[in-house]
Amino acid sequence: MSAARVPDVSATPVAVRMTGIVKTFGETIANRGASLEVKRGEIHALVGENGAGKSTLMRILSGMYAADAGSMEVETASGELRDVTGWNTAEAIDAGVGMVHQHFMLVPPLTVAENVVLGREPKRGVTIDRRAAEQSVADLSARSGLVVPPTAKVADLSVGEAQRVEILKALYRGAKILILDEPTAVLSPPEVTQLWDVLRKLRADGGTIILITHKLDEVMDVSDAITVMRAGETVARLRTSETTPRDIARAMVGRDVALALDAAGTAAPSGAAAPNGAPLLELRSVRVDSPRRARVVNDVSLTVAAGEIVGIAGVEGNGQTELIEAIAGLTPLSGGEIRIAGADASRLTVRGRGDAGLSHVPEDRHRRGLVLDYSIADNLILGQQHRFARRAQLDVARIDEHARRRVAEFDIRPANPQLPARALSGGNQQKIVIAREMGRDFQVLLAAQPTRGVDVGAIEFIHDRLRRARSEGKAVLLVSADLAEVLALSDRIAVMYGGKIVTVLPRSEASAEVLGPYMTGAAGVAMRGAGAA
Amino acid sequence: MNETRKTQLLEKLLPPVVALLVAIVVGDFLILTFGQSPAAVYRLLLEGTWGNAYGIGQVLYKATTLTFTGLAVALGIRAGLFNIGGEGQLAAGGFVAALIGLALPAATPAIFGILLCTIGAAAGGGAVGAVPGWLRARFGAHEVITTIMLNFVVLALLGWVVSAKIHVPESLHTPEIRTGAVTRLSDIMPVFHGSAANLTLLVALATAGAVSWYLFKTRRGYELRAVGLQPDAAEYGGVDVAGVRWRALAISGALAGMGGINFVLGYKRYYEEGFATGAGFLGIAVALVGGNSPLGIVIAALLFATLSQGGLAVNALVPKQMVDVLQAVVILAVATAVPAVRHSIRASAKSVARSLVRKTPLDAPTPEVGK
Repeated sequence: MSAARVPDVSATPVAVRMTGIVKTFGETIANRGASLEVKRGEIHALVGENGAGKSTLMRILSGMYAADAGSMEVETASGELRDVTGWNTAEAIDAGVGMVHQHFMLVPPLTVAENVVLGREPKRGVTIDRRAAEQSVADLSARSGLVVPPTAKVADLSVGEAQRVEILKALYRGAKILILDEPTAVLSPPEVTQLWDVLRKLRADGGTIILITHKLDEVMDVSDAITVMRAGETVARLRTSETTPRDIARAMVGRDVALALDAAGTAAPSGAAAPNGAPLLELRSVRVDSPRRARVVNDVSLTVAAGEIVGIAGVEGNGQTELIEAIAGLTPLSGGEIRIAGADASRLTVRGRGDAGLSHVPEDRHRRGLVLDYSIADNLILGQQHRFARRAQLDVARIDEHARRRVAEFDIRPANPQLPARALSGGNQQKIVIAREMGRDFQVLLAAQPTRGVDVGAIEFIHDRLRRARSEGKAVLLVSADLAEVLALSDRIAVMYGGKIVTVLPRSEASAEVLGPYMTGAAGVAMRGAGAA
Repeated sequence: MNETRKTQLLEKLLPPVVALLVAIVVGDFLILTFGQSPAAVYRLLLEGTWGNAYGIGQVLYKATTLTFTGLAVALGIRAGLFNIGGEGQLAAGGFVAALIGLALPAATPAIFGILLCTIGAAAGGGAVGAVPGWLRARFGAHEVITTIMLNFVVLALLGWVVSAKIHVPESLHTPEIRTGAVTRLSDIMPVFHGSAANLTLLVALATAGAVSWYLFKTRRGYELRAVGLQPDAAEYGGVDVAGVRWRALAISGALAGMGGINFVLGYKRYYEEGFATGAGFLGIAVALVGGNSPLGIVIAALLFATLSQGGLAVNALVPKQMVDVLQAVVILAVATAVPAVRHSIRASAKSVARSLVRKTPLDAPTPEVGK
């Protein structure tokens, strides 16, 4: 279908051209001579693994960063290309280039309309013409298909709605070229479909869209053309209609990869189909209250047995983080009970739970999982430091020996245990965490977003280790924002919405289509009440 | 690997060296405005400090106290805490040491007397440090506010106790201690006659070694530094973060308190009000210039002690306050040089990185796959 839309590629005018872009941050090189060419009126997917330099390239285009070298041109209203190398954000906005960031830049206590017009408010004398603002936002909303109530407070919106406000903001400022940075990370499957409809509508109105993503199914779904980046360089330009996910993956990684996840659902977990081991992790009516929100985790009961991976699916921000932190002992319980390997662990400290057999791969390795300025060797004992001490003193010889073994076994690179963790790539940093938590004796593993920000090669490795833990009779509780990952690994799948577990399904009955309604709260019993809490 | 280690060493060493050079240049201008020759003044400064045994002794004496207060600040910073209460902790340590020296029978063997007085000094300073530690752990009160305010409370309290209860008439000091006196350097080597230097300096060096061992070789030190670098990661690693903070401030106070024995046991052998005014605050500068490493702190303490003693030596040519200005310039220069130097080192690394990139032609056509 997209091939029919853009029959003569060479005749379509170019909207954006970037050549030879170099950008360094300290010793890291984010872009090394990257290039990009986007035609007017196309949805252009910019793909690559995490750390390939996609976001940096787009921040340069939107004026947030200045490139160290290279040039860029953007199509003007009159249709010719203008050299815009080194422009700032204000100039980019004036020229119709708008970017929607991964992390929203909205003011929560203000209304939708106020957020959209912020910086370009319609005025009546010295005051803001609120009615005119609301009217123009409503018009824009109707035209673009981005449905949001203009008078609602942004703080009360769902993540999907907040994202629509971000896009409206860009359109209100007259964006002709819209950049979206991994927009689907926070969306449920139906919301993703709605977003694609909006983007197609914008394209039909002559807009140009650049979509940053690393999810190949999205690329195939919605894009017309693809630029693949690897290690800061542009390695391929493709027409979506003429390529396959396998080709794109090969260009992203630079070699053939086992695409375990390419079609969610086809790669069902093998073996351990009917785990009948003893329950190793038991949650009984677990409740967590956060300082900001009561009942962030609301009456959750779940059991994970030996030799079983239970995956928790759900849109981020529905209590998964708080649940995992409560099980790990980092957040106090307001009620309920947590049992590890048959014993009550609800009142144990973090260390006590670790000694009881709990391992934890935290979702944020930079904040929680690693002390970035500590060496690899020192990070490999974090949480186990009391086992590597003789009386008061750390047993340096054993720490070094332990580090050498783990670095070799888990293929952590560079293989120098004395390097600070900060110096490693995201994938290798995550391998430190995995090596530490899975290299020791444990019964229960909490794996929160275990492959976030990790390259495809490391993802294969981590998935393999998780499956191996299952076959060794461990209990694994997996939380991932990536539904495909949950489907590929889990024996049973629980969906969290509004702090509750709204359903638990065996893998054989679960698919993106079945789970989607639960993830948005459209199915399940308690969604209304939980959503309002 | 070697290259990164060299860069790290450079990053550590350059700031203080650059700072010192800047201070010397600024000093030149100051001296010129007083109509004196910089060379003559600096020569006098060095002769009055490192040029004779008395000068050396005075520098060593001052550096001893500064080592303790510098270590106190550094240990706090390693735990992510800024202890500005050195003044009060130092005074409290000296006071408790004097009390114990007065209370013990004169017949107590010297070694026991010294040991008990030193423990008392650590306990006195530690108690003063523990209060902000507890307030932080219990109520989240920020230690910068509580430690600095506690200085006034402690100094006023000690002033009242000494003047109202135990001072020698017509003076602001207590009677002489009966035991616990530390041998002066001049008792062993008469050439140091008249200088205040005493064997407390060995205690200071041993303490620096002990702090280094504690921070870098023990489990508690591992946990303390983790709390200072990334409290969330430390919590994840099973560390009792509030407990570490509480302990760190107490230990920090104890280190500052031990500085009190230099004056009380080693020099005057009594507690006197205001015996170490400024040494607590100067500990912050010593820790900063010493890069919060125990060895660096010993060296920085010698530097600041030299400047402070040198001020007295050059008084004939320029006002003593000129050296205070120099101290301030060193502090300011280090404070700015640390990020500035790091930046310039990184920038040179960056230009190396860029030249590597340029080896691949920028305008090389990108391959068209899938065509």
